[in-house]
Amino acid sequence: MKHIVIIGNGISGVTTARHIRKLSDHQITIISAETDHFFSRTALMYVYMGHMKYEHTKPYEDYFWKKNRINLKRAFVKTVNHANKSLRFNDGDSMQYDQLVLAVGSKPNKFGWPGQDLEGVQGLYSKQDLDALEQNAPNKTICNRAVIVGGGLIGIEMAEMLRSRDIPVTFLVRETSFWNGVLPAGESEMLNRHIKKHHIDLRLGQNLKEIVADENGRARAVIVPETGEEIPCNVVGLTAGVSPNINFLKDSGIELGRGIKVNPMLETNIKDIYAIGDCAEQHEGINGRRPIEAVWYTGRMMGETVAQTLCGNPTTYKPGHWFNSAKFLDIEYQTYGWVFSAPRENETHFHWKHEDDTKCITINTNATNGTFIGINTFGIRMRHEVFDRWLTEERTTDFVLNNLKEANFDPEFFKHFEKEIIVAFQKHQTTNT
Amino acid sequence: MAIERNMALTGQPPKSLNTKQKIGVLIGISGLFILILAAFNVNLPNKGVWLSISLLAIIGGIITFAKGAYDHKLEGIKNDGVWFKSMSSRGVLAWIAGVALTGFYIVLYFFAELLGLGQGIDGANTGLVGLFDPLSRLMSGNPASQWFVYGTLYTVAIISFGVKFLLKYKHNKYEQLRTASVMFFQTAFAFVIPELMARLNSDTFSLPYNDLKNMWPLNYYAFEQWRVDQFINAQTIGLFFLILGVFMVFVVSPWLTYKYGKRWYCSWVCGCGGLAETAGDSFRHLSDKGMKAWKLERWMINAVLVFSVVMTVATISTYLGYDSSKYWFTKSAFLISVGTFLTLVFGGVLYYKRHELNKGAIKGAVGFFALTLGFLLLIGFVDLNGLQINAKYFSFGLNENIYGFDGALRSFYAFGIGSIFSGVIGTGFYPILGNRVWCRMGCPMAAIMGIQQRLFSKFRITTNGGQCISCGNCSTYCEQGIDVRAYAQKGENIVRSSCVGCGICSAVCPRGVLKLENDSLEGRINPTEVLLGNDVDLLSLMNKKN
Repeated sequence: MKHIVIIGNGISGVTTARHIRKLSDHQITIISAETDHFFSRTALMYVYMGHMKYEHTKPYEDYFWKKNRINLKRAFVKTVNHANKSLRFNDGDSMQYDQLVLAVGSKPNKFGWPGQDLEGVQGLYSKQDLDALEQNAPNKTICNRAVIVGGGLIGIEMAEMLRSRDIPVTFLVRETSFWNGVLPAGESEMLNRHIKKHHIDLRLGQNLKEIVADENGRARAVIVPETGEEIPCNVVGLTAGVSPNINFLKDSGIELGRGIKVNPMLETNIKDIYAIGDCAEQHEGINGRRPIEAVWYTGRMMGETVAQTLCGNPTTYKPGHWFNSAKFLDIEYQTYGWVFSAPRENETHFHWKHEDDTKCITINTNATNGTFIGINTFGIRMRHEVFDRWLTEERTTDFVLNNLKEANFDPEFFKHFEKEIIVAFQKHQTTNT
Repeated sequence: MAIERNMALTGQPPKSLNTKQKIGVLIGISGLFILILAAFNVNLPNKGVWLSISLLAIIGGIITFAKGAYDHKLEGIKNDGVWFKSMSSRGVLAWIAGVALTGFYIVLYFFAELLGLGQGIDGANTGLVGLFDPLSRLMSGNPASQWFVYGTLYTVAIISFGVKFLLKYKHNKYEQLRTASVMFFQTAFAFVIPELMARLNSDTFSLPYNDLKNMWPLNYYAFEQWRVDQFINAQTIGLFFLILGVFMVFVVSPWLTYKYGKRWYCSWVCGCGGLAETAGDSFRHLSDKGMKAWKLERWMINAVLVFSVVMTVATISTYLGYDSSKYWFTKSAFLISVGTFLTLVFGGVLYYKRHELNKGAIKGAVGFFALTLGFLLLIGFVDLNGLQINAKYFSFGLNENIYGFDGALRSFYAFGIGSIFSGVIGTGFYPILGNRVWCRMGCPMAAIMGIQQRLFSKFRITTNGGQCISCGNCSTYCEQGIDVRAYAQKGENIVRSSCVGCGICSAVCPRGVLKLENDSLEGRINPTEVLLGNDVDLLSLMNKKN
């Protein structure tokens, strides 16, 4: 019976542990410095908003771990010594492992802005960040205004959180339109309008120059270089993306890039050490995916995969068709296959938007043969299973649109838009040929 | 530890109330205040006017409050601050409301005279019941009873909190239709139609109060002798209703449950469900999601079902026993047919669905079935009416009558299940235990439809491939305490007997993962090891093992 140690109790590490337990009797230990138990990171926002309590973010009841003989250890790993296969903790303790899985996740990016370490300046990633926000911005009296820096998924979540307590929010977005490095213009612009409707002070094309401190070393204002404006605020949210949380591995001998370098077997350069989830960096992206994927489900899939390898069934990580989802305030977003912000070579986009300005889709098509490449959908739910099948079958966009009803996943009695979309598509085709 | 610094009426957003909401509270409380004055026997002149003012103020207050809460917001999920507000997070206000509601139910069920029932000259009503006389006379022509007061307030609650729910879920057509439906069924079927039908009654013709949608066994007195006699005596029309009642239980309900799941009743038609979904909506997240609660639920609800079946059979066989010439059935023919029917159903389920049932379920089912048959034999072969049981032993002395066996069973059921469980605990404890305690743990009708929903229904909640992020909104807001997330994060459909199909899990899901659907029985239950999105070889390798 070997001892498999997993550092990190997020979705990647926990999935690994669960699958190892299903497949074997190995001794399993999960180490986390963050919390005693696994919780859903993506749900932290709902705790601040009062939709849920922290307890509700735990996908498994506390008895689960003991019942499944998964040891939990709350500790911070200081160093990894692969020569004698041991870990050393902050408190001086150490632990032996036979195989090690690094599932240590990310940390918020800081780009060396002056004042980035002041009181009241924080990211939003960990349970500790949530607690900090509760301290920094408990209500609109203590926090008169918050400035959020970075227009991505975490930025808009943080804006939604603060708005739920009626705290005025200024949202600095470097790009000329929200998330337009990822989304096509029509979608991005619809979201700009939706953000403003929620009374968020959206500043497009504006950056952070520095954060100004008050006499107590707390953030007091931010300065925007484009306008020279000084925006008074009590809280600054740094949400300009995340990067792998790998500082403690610097001298470990494990090959690092931006993340922990792994091959498609999720093996690092050191025998018996694996890396999965947000912190793993593939030498080359798989199937057009990025080398580092900080996405919930890829963490889970890597966990499913590496557990096989650890239990004697060597398996390469081969994710299927790309998909993802998010929610922007009230607008849900799903994507299946590839849709880029602008059509790449030999690609063409078809965009449809509902007149109420909360629903739209963009379909990416191969311009030569009409093959369907991907879809972005806002405000309309689609079936993953159906789109996955259509992508595998390499269906044409014509086919997809004619069968779009089959893929609809909206609740019963919701209005359908397939006809409207097909009419728009036909019009789009005549004008484009 | 978080310290509760504010009552809900003050504090910071999202806890605080805006001006419109405060006005709503003021109007609503003043309407309630009139009722309280009447309850304390303050003599209000012109009762009809005061009652109208009171009820309109309650309705208007609640609707104003709701408009204040939602009108200025964009369409979307409105759960901000649910766990901060005193009323919806078991705070001080919740306990006050819980105690007040519980107290109201206890008075209503056991001390109606305190509400003024028959306390005036010649047995006329005074107090709160008296206040409702004008409305009752207008509808049925009779003076009010405590049940009329209750029915009116019940309907007022469903209508006004129904409007609140409609405003809250204005973006969700499923929620809108479902809520409009329960509002309609409560108002028309449970309140207006039966009250008006009472006008048909005369010295020579009389029908019992008949809420058509209130089916046995939720309506546990559906087949009691006085009711059946009244129906039979009312000849054609009475027989029609009697047969319709039986038809609903054995044909309509199974058919609709097969096609749509038990939601057709529990969250579209039922009065208990109607109150839970409207007035109880603010408490849905309080249900216990733990494994222990689930285990308790399975024992409790099936025990109540067995109890209600035994009680009904005992009741019917008793009056068939001494008066079979009046009915078409003899006692033994009745007992044998019930026994045969139950055995066929049970045997059929066990045989055809044996692969879908785990050991625990089979053990439990066999136990409950044996218990039921045992009671049937007891009723058949032992003359239990020789037994004389004083009801004071199980009613805390509230009822000191002495009953035969069937009467004691009925009386115990009416007291323990009908009053205490479904009323005092089921509704009085909304703000503490959540809004569906009765429906989840006690309702025998839900138990029957639940067994069917689990085994013979097209209904399921489909999960959307690999999109779940385990956030837990679905589980948190499931009023039935189903850990929806546990299924969604495995990509497994939710097929649970307790699901009433309220659709809130689907509504609150931020990633579009859940959809209530009616589809074929094939592949309805689909346990998976690896979710869609991963390597297809791994998917098939892992999932084949099951």
